Amino acid sequence: MRRARTPAAIGLLAGLGLLLFVLPLAGLILRAPWSQALAELTDPTTTMALGLSIFCSLTATAIALVLGIPLAMILARTRGTVRNVLRALTTLPMVLPPVVGGVALWLAFGRRGIAGSLLYQAFGIQIPFTTTAAVMAETFVAMPFLVIAVEAGLRSLDHRYEEAARSLGAGYWRVLTRVTLPLLRPAIFSGAVLCWARALGEFGATITFAGNFPGRTQTVPIAVYLALETKPEAAITLSLILLVVSVAILVGMRDRWLGAL
Amino acid sequence: MLAFGWLAACTSPLATCAVQSCPEPKTLTIFAASSLQPAFGKIGNQFQANEVKAQGHVVNALSFVFAGSQMLTQQLGEGAAADIFASADIAHMTQVNAGGLVASPPRVFAHNRLEIAVARGNPKGIHTLADLARSGLVVVLADPSVPAGKYAAQALKTAGVTVKPASLEQQVTGVLSKVAFGEADAGIVYVSDIITSRQVDGVAIPNDQNVIAEYPIAVLNTGHNQAAAKDFVDFVLSADGQSLLKAAGFEGV
Amino acid sequence: MVGRAVTLEAAIRIKRNGFTLDVALSAAVGETVAVLGPNGAGKTTLLRALAGLEDVEGRVTLDGEVLDDTSRGVHVPAEKRRAGLVFQDHVLFPHLSVIENVAFGLRAQRQPRAADVARKWIDEAGLGDRAEALPRELSGGQAQRVALLRALATGPKLLLLDEPLSSLDVSIRAEVRRELTRQLASFNGVRLLVTHDPLEAMALADRLVVLEHGLVVQSGTPGEVTARPRSRFVADLAGVNLLRGEAHGDRVVLAGDASLAAPDAGEGDVFAVIHPRAVALYRTRPDGTPRNVWQGQVDSVDLYGERVRVRVSAPVPLVAEVTRAAVSELGLNPGASVWIAVKATEVSVYPA
Repeated sequence: MRRARTPAAIGLLAGLGLLLFVLPLAGLILRAPWSQALAELTDPTTTMALGLSIFCSLTATAIALVLGIPLAMILARTRGTVRNVLRALTTLPMVLPPVVGGVALWLAFGRRGIAGSLLYQAFGIQIPFTTTAAVMAETFVAMPFLVIAVEAGLRSLDHRYEEAARSLGAGYWRVLTRVTLPLLRPAIFSGAVLCWARALGEFGATITFAGNFPGRTQTVPIAVYLALETKPEAAITLSLILLVVSVAILVGMRDRWLGAL
Repeated sequence: MLAFGWLAACTSPLATCAVQSCPEPKTLTIFAASSLQPAFGKIGNQFQANEVKAQGHVVNALSFVFAGSQMLTQQLGEGAAADIFASADIAHMTQVNAGGLVASPPRVFAHNRLEIAVARGNPKGIHTLADLARSGLVVVLADPSVPAGKYAAQALKTAGVTVKPASLEQQVTGVLSKVAFGEADAGIVYVSDIITSRQVDGVAIPNDQNVIAEYPIAVLNTGHNQAAAKDFVDFVLSADGQSLLKAAGFEGV
Repeated sequence: MVGRAVTLEAAIRIKRNGFTLDVALSAAVGETVAVLGPNGAGKTTLLRALAGLEDVEGRVTLDGEVLDDTSRGVHVPAEKRRAGLVFQDHVLFPHLSVIENVAFGLRAQRQPRAADVARKWIDEAGLGDRAEALPRELSGGQAQRVALLRALATGPKLLLLDEPLSSLDVSIRAEVRRELTRQLASFNGVRLLVTHDPLEAMALADRLVVLEHGLVVQSGTPGEVTARPRSRFVADLAGVNLLRGEAHGDRVVLAGDASLAAPDAGEGDVFAVIHPRAVALYRTRPDGTPRNVWQGQVDSVDLYGERVRVRVSAPVPLVAEVTRAAVSELGLNPGASVWIAVKATEVSVYPA
């Protein structure tokens, strides 16, 4: 097939766009203090931040899967005003500035928060400044990505598959586990990856709601932010680690799994 | 986090020149430690009032950038343009000086001490630094990279107290707000913070455990308004400036 | 035929989006009923309703068991009905192999040796070598056959087929139709299929139910239905001219006051059928016995091998079937003026 020739203007604009992505990444790689990188990697602050980030982001993704898939199922079945309202609520964390999200979490789950005060008075449970808070902050900002992806997958699913399954005698749970979820796997997968990536990079809500303490709430983005002021080489090394991990994920995922991405 | 302040313009009610003939105010950019926010706010207003009295109109529009001293130091190092730097400790001013950014020798213009901030009424009954080590207490400190955090660590070490903080904040105002909000039971902040806050109560730290923070100020050569910068620094060091600082809880030079 | 126990009885109404389906039908074991109708007639809705996938008003019973009864608030959900559904384009589970697809219903029934039973069905159908294949690796015909096996494997009492051949290539339809006939013959439940293809209906059905705009307009054996069409759709299916009018003894008055001579027409509201072969075309007004003669204009000329169907607009619009030679001889092009004539004895009249 011979397509029409792409005008130079399009190529130029695309090139500029590409440059915007490539230059910062190149800067990161080319200015990295490779000789010190190894020392930084084994520094306890780095390993703590890395371990914590991985733990929190994976936990947040797991929670997002357990809560988000049912939420997406409800969303996919509703229509009209109800759907618009629910949709707005679940995508709000995506458009809210993360720090605002952190403040909101504080107001809900802090010691004086609407839910937090009950927990504190009844059980003495305090959520801010804990790893739980970091996980909650990450879940709050990242779950919408999963919900949106899975909902889109559900809406584009041919509903006749479920009908065929039902006509063959399958009850609700069998239809869900043997037909719907397997067919949703690409959407779930790409949603989970987006969710995980967002959780990994979360900063504003975490530092506001969970605070900052090494090993407990100091995730990699926060560590980078702090290190920037005191030890820039450590900041660059940490940033590189995050970059490598992200690239590995994206490259490792194939087209057919990414679907809409 | 950064806090910006933008003071006055030619449309101030104090201006007596006709708008058309008012010369465009020049900007004076001041980088200051966040603990100086309330004090410098008042100082800035007085400075401009003086300008109007002397010259009939505002000459300089003051632009403040308040943040942790370590953050400001880093930004200046990256080439941010400012006329004045007021730091919460000597160490960061030295760093900026070493970078060749200072136009004239820095001068110490204020002192501050540490104090323990607690919720109004001191419901948890905290009276000494040692009390901060009580289990079950939620204590928030500034990160050691921040002058206030460094001083707090020093004071605790002198007192022989080990505290397990819930969070290490990026600027001392973060510590204050967490206590004011009720999220933390206690935090170590400056005396000046407690005086201007009105939302928390303070518990004094005895002198033999306390740390005296020295605040230096200097005119930088990275800005565009060195003449006015010198005037501002002089004002801060003047009797009027000093009394404003004292009113905000600082100790003078 | 007489005396067999009728086991499916349905009398239902469905109102949706300005469309109303109002159908009463019954079907007996061992009998294939075809619901025939143009697109939009409501055939698929009817099928889905019997499968339990739609909300209905009315009553449905299968082999004595009440599946739907609005007056008593009974609605047996789809998964509890013993009704197998075969979709238009197979709708096999794309992530499961052929054998897993066929075994699906068996597993849902908790049959202990589901895979073995499934394999037997597949082998018997001659698809044994495709047992491990995924649906996308199958041809259209193979997939449709697997879909049928999947529905049959669960031993349903009612088999519902939604246009089973229409998504297939014309070239393989005949082969799959033969296969379908064979499978249906050995199925001892009630068989109901819907289609818009008359050929499919005629070939597979023991009984036809004609559905138009949500209503049953005719039912009976294929022969009965086409002999006496009661709608344009069936008339087209049978390939005859269908007219409707008021009979007065030996003539029928049609719309527009045109009159058709027909002996023994009777009285009252009637249908009149004229086979295209009985319509003769002339260049000039004919002299002779035919009492039904009109002048008209050629609308269209369609070739069917050596025969040609000429549509003529006239006071009584008719389709005539003539030879190719006749067409060129008479210069029958669209727009050409022509006379049509029909012998009164060729007009078949029956009550509407």
